[in-house]
Amino acid sequence: MGIDLSLTWAVIILFGLMMYVVMDGFDLGIGLLFLRVHDEQERDIMMNTVAPVWDGNETWLVLGGAGLFAAFPLAYAVVLEALAIPLIVMLLGLIFRGVAFEFRFKASPERRHVWDKAFIGGSLMATAAQGVALGGYIQGIAFDGVRFSGGSLDWLTPFSLLCGVGLLFAYALLGSTWLIMKTEGALQQRMYRITKPLMLGLLVMIALVSVWTPLAYPNIAARWFSLPNLLWFLPVPLLVMLVGWWLWRAIAFQDTALPFVLVLALVFLGYSGLGISLWPTIIPPDASIWQVAAPAQSQGFALVGTLFILPIILMYTAWSYYVFRGKVNPGDAYH
Amino acid sequence: MFGIAAIDLARVQFAFTISFHIIFPAITIGLASYLAVLEGLWLKTQRDTYRHLYHFWSKIFAVNFAMGVVSGIVMAYQFGTHWSGFSAFAGSVTGPLLTYEVLTAFFLEAGFLGVMLFGWERVGRGLHFFATCMVALGTLVSMFWILSSNSWMQTPQGHDIVNGVVIPVDWMKIVFNPSFPYRLAHMALAAFLSTALFVAASAAWLLLRGRPSPEVRTMLSMALLMLAITAPLQAVVGDLHGLNTLEHQPAKIAAIEGHWDNSSGEPTPLILFGWPDMAGEETRFKLEIPVLGSLLLQHSLTEQIPALKEFAPEDRPNSTIVFWSFRLMVGLGVLMIVLAIVGNTLRVKRRLFESRRFLLFTLCMGPAGLVALLAGWFTTEVGRQPWVVYGLLRTADAASAHSALHLSISLTAFVVVYLAVFGTGVIYMMHLVNKGPGDPSAPALGGPGHHRTPARPLSAANETLTAH
Repeated sequence: MGIDLSLTWAVIILFGLMMYVVMDGFDLGIGLLFLRVHDEQERDIMMNTVAPVWDGNETWLVLGGAGLFAAFPLAYAVVLEALAIPLIVMLLGLIFRGVAFEFRFKASPERRHVWDKAFIGGSLMATAAQGVALGGYIQGIAFDGVRFSGGSLDWLTPFSLLCGVGLLFAYALLGSTWLIMKTEGALQQRMYRITKPLMLGLLVMIALVSVWTPLAYPNIAARWFSLPNLLWFLPVPLLVMLVGWWLWRAIAFQDTALPFVLVLALVFLGYSGLGISLWPTIIPPDASIWQVAAPAQSQGFALVGTLFILPIILMYTAWSYYVFRGKVNPGDAYH
Repeated sequence: MFGIAAIDLARVQFAFTISFHIIFPAITIGLASYLAVLEGLWLKTQRDTYRHLYHFWSKIFAVNFAMGVVSGIVMAYQFGTHWSGFSAFAGSVTGPLLTYEVLTAFFLEAGFLGVMLFGWERVGRGLHFFATCMVALGTLVSMFWILSSNSWMQTPQGHDIVNGVVIPVDWMKIVFNPSFPYRLAHMALAAFLSTALFVAASAAWLLLRGRPSPEVRTMLSMALLMLAITAPLQAVVGDLHGLNTLEHQPAKIAAIEGHWDNSSGEPTPLILFGWPDMAGEETRFKLEIPVLGSLLLQHSLTEQIPALKEFAPEDRPNSTIVFWSFRLMVGLGVLMIVLAIVGNTLRVKRRLFESRRFLLFTLCMGPAGLVALLAGWFTTEVGRQPWVVYGLLRTADAASAHSALHLSISLTAFVVVYLAVFGTGVIYMMHLVNKGPGDPSAPALGGPGHHRTPARPLSAANETLTAH
């Protein structure tokens, strides 16, 4: 085969991860926003905006893990062992959140608050853990060429905790702008009001991470600040500022769909920034995708089925979102 | 935690999480095929009974499917977080096989489950039946891939070891490894058996509560017919599986039989009950039948079966566990055959629905399928020890380097969350069973293509939680 299997798989996994962040981002964000919205009816509406579509995102999480296992088993082994604690916290949060989501609808009114707390707690756990895991990943993972050579708590640093907080802002912002699209009236207005501080918080977080990363990790600084790289990559922070300004205006002018689109753009830009910092390493700071790849027979074998099924999942997902377009009103019963 | 070593905590955690993950998919596999049969029968005979049964079991199927998915997500990550040695060593084989299992399971979720659960009123009968059949097929194909991966771990072939890591050489040989056909058949039958017992016990419950509707009677009859076919067949397949294990994993057979010593040269007795003592290298308090061991396993009156003392102490599986898990499985299997014979006899004599003692027996046997299934899995996996990939990688070398403290905390967390989450799910399913079929409420509406309606499995069941 003339194609670079490792490159292909890296693209697939990165795409899957991006899909996951985008799709689960806003419904985890809704769980976080429950902290600011206490009215039962409003909470029902918030849930109903994602009720029909939320569980498709688990697909991407499992595909990402399985794909990593198949295409880069050594990276799968090393990275997951290194980040075991935040990943397990994330998984437990997701289980709890997912089932709480469903059983909340089936519970009696007196008991619903139990599931509300499970929903909020699960969303908080999952989001924070994902952010911390991401920070732990960026920091670099102790790898001796054969296995993980660090400790169980290597990931726990002020930097990774900062990333955890950053992701909380990002998902809450995805949640609030999603709700701006899908709701009306008083709830929508509340979401406009919440979005502003959330947006400022996220931009501060992005700035902090963007400054901290090159300062703390010289290899990343070298990637960004050497010439001609700097010229190629400068658009990224410039675009972040542009999108930030545009988002501020969109909120001020009460645009409906634009805020969510712009937040997606911000997430994508953040993701790109990360990609620029790390590519092509898969076990930061040194091991590249080619160094820890599975044999071609493994990557090829797994690729066949993946290329067949991925488009089907994408089409079905797009179809679901299309069907459930439009505003959710109070009293809309999904169950 | 209680002075247990880290490696054993990691093993307990894996066993705990995967035990939950085998229970729900087993019922998913059985119910998916049962639903296809019910819908096919309805289309052919137009009898409302089959339609009512379809809608009844479809709700339970939906909740069960969701539980299966939730428990599966953890497994996809646990191979990396807690078994990095295994993942690094064998990932080039087990990674792609796991990917295919996942892709198949999600393919059916993305493609056909929505139509099956929510499209009853919305799509034509032919398309809906096709969707149901595809879901059933999808569960079987998913099972194919994961059993292939697990069987390769038991009887590896088709690979090379290069630089201390497995490299796939021949995927046909890898997928169709020696133990695979037997284990696939055994698991498929186990899924159908567990489901048939679940259906039968549900019917028995409703009959005992004085609700003998045509639907309940029909489902009991269907379940008993299924048991009559699958229970004896499972015994045959189990025997063949045992013969295959004898050939490829003799230490496992020795441990299962609790047989220590061949030095006397005599044919091997069958030990019915006893207590294998690993440290003392003998099975104590034995109750045995002479020669029967040789007869059953070697089909000979003289040939011995493998003995544990023929293997180095570090290569012996824990006989205390597998001796008893195997007997639990077989004992329950015998009871299933008894149930099938008695039940079908009563059915022919038209005394089935009034026989209170039989219905109680059926009710008690409800969980027996799943208990036997777990006992069987414990036998095969604990029996594979000390290997995680038989003959190639020891379990002790496969674990991630987490401390006992770390593992104690994560294990506790898993136990708490799983019991809470799946406990609620199971209680909810039992509540749905208790409502009984033939309920006049309409089937769940929804799915993609329909404006403002739910599209995920758990919303196929509309009932509220009672205790909550």
